[in-house]
Amino acid sequence: METAEVTRRSNTARVMAGTKKRNVRKAVTIGLFTAPALIVYLVYVVYPILSTLSYSFYSWDGTSDKTFIGFDNYIQLFNDTIFWTSLTNNVWVVLTSVFVQIPLGMIMALMLFAPIRGIRLFSSVYFLPFLMSTVAIGLLWVYMFDPINGIINQLVNVLGFENVAWLSDDNTAMIAILLVVVWQFSPFYMILFKAAMVGIAEELYESAQIDGANSWQKFFHITLPLLMPTIVSSSILAIVGSLKAFDIFYIMTGGGPNHATELMGTYMFKQAFINFNMGYASAIAFIMFLIALVVTVLIQVVDYNRKKKGAF
Amino acid sequence: MVQSLRKAPLYLVGLLLLVFTGYPFVYMISTSLKDQSTFFEKPFAIFTSIKLGNYADVFQMGLTRYFLNSILVSVVAVVAVMLIAALASYPLSRMKFRLNRGLFLLFISGMMLPIHATLIPIFKLSQDMGLYDSLLALIGPYIAFSLPISIFILTQFMQEIPKSLEEAAKIDGCSHFGIFWRIMLPMLTPALMTVFIYNFIHLWNEFIFALVLVSSPENMTLPLGLQDFYGEFSVNVPGLMAALSLASLPMLVVYLFSQEKVVKGLTGGAVKG
Repeated sequence: METAEVTRRSNTARVMAGTKKRNVRKAVTIGLFTAPALIVYLVYVVYPILSTLSYSFYSWDGTSDKTFIGFDNYIQLFNDTIFWTSLTNNVWVVLTSVFVQIPLGMIMALMLFAPIRGIRLFSSVYFLPFLMSTVAIGLLWVYMFDPINGIINQLVNVLGFENVAWLSDDNTAMIAILLVVVWQFSPFYMILFKAAMVGIAEELYESAQIDGANSWQKFFHITLPLLMPTIVSSSILAIVGSLKAFDIFYIMTGGGPNHATELMGTYMFKQAFINFNMGYASAIAFIMFLIALVVTVLIQVVDYNRKKKGAF
Repeated sequence: MVQSLRKAPLYLVGLLLLVFTGYPFVYMISTSLKDQSTFFEKPFAIFTSIKLGNYADVFQMGLTRYFLNSILVSVVAVVAVMLIAALASYPLSRMKFRLNRGLFLLFISGMMLPIHATLIPIFKLSQDMGLYDSLLALIGPYIAFSLPISIFILTQFMQEIPKSLEEAAKIDGCSHFGIFWRIMLPMLTPALMTVFIYNFIHLWNEFIFALVLVSSPENMTLPLGLQDFYGEFSVNVPGLMAALSLASLPMLVVYLFSQEKVVKGLTGGAVKG
């Protein structure tokens, strides 16, 4: 009786020790598999974000000692008209992406299904802008927008208007760059829509045809509703991508003239690496991070509710 | 006849889009083949002059160096990312543990991150590590910022591989590492291809880290080198266009030879299947 009890206990203990050993081994396995990625990620992503937050409470030129100034950088930031201009410009990029790029991408994708000749050529060429490096795109378009020798002004002249100094005029610089952004990214949305359109069953169009629907009706009652999930996911990509915009603006105008094309990204870069206001720049950078975070969470919540309602 | 007339608007829209997307390339290449005086006389004439002198100039100015630097950095970073991300994706997609979901979210949340939020600390870090102004300074950030999308693509793909395979291997006494190396990795090839193309193109074009972490011409990558050319070439438009054409050439060639793979790779995170 007593011995039986003892054996049972030791058995349980052995089993427990066994599970424990297995658990430890499993943890070690998981650790070894994830460690390389985790280390790189912690060093180059997580730690820098936390440092940016901490730098943002200091006045610092990047080399000499830091001085703690509390929330002063943020207070200065909220009173900084250039910062508000750049935030507004970022919003313009977002709006252009969602309301110009995405519809244009959809039209381009629709064209690929049009019953006309030369579709293969069209689809190859339509995609080309997305392959070019942003720096090359920026430099190329600087010359296309050249006030004297640029093709855009040639076109403007043909239409009977005077030359426009596109990139050096406060009123036109933003429009000019946004056109380039549209040129670069529309092909990307074209591909997303093309993939979604391929997935729409042919029978739907056939039965609509039998019911006497015309092309517009087919588009608005079949294609568009079925593309809704793609429109939503494209908008998410467009919004998140637009908040990060930097390269093309830096190359084409550097944020000028008179901050007309300043973005949070270009302003942060200037403050950090030209004026060496590292603390102030960190505050801008952290606000950029917060905005991206809030927007992402918001999108996820909206998307989750939409899916729960079974909307699409 | 009536049929083709009704299609006229379609052709019109198709051609307008063709000119909009294609003309800048035509302009770039045809300008690169002019000498400066021809350019100033007839800036818009297309392919009337074919002179390769600008290309020779561009090579003499060190474009080869930028090319080699870009290839080196992109290849090293992408290969490292493929291995590291595949390793991490294995437990994230095939093993149950408490931190799994949290760890996955931590990695993929990097996709929405503005690089600017890490710029100053990474700049300081590379100075402290003595890597500032070297190609090595770029490798770390490049790997880190390629991880989110790579882990996202690879875990999705791995989740769909049937469990039965690895169970059979486990019965045969295969360790987790053995399963990963002998069973998973070979099956991952198409997903790894997507990861490779996506990251390679993005790193090939990457600008802001290069701008902040590299300063001397011999360590510049192609995008940074182009920007540097711009300063020196500002009056020599055909010369700059030759540089831009050369810089765009590799991607265009790869695209023409394997359109489908490139398109799939570039949209890897967004289009499934």
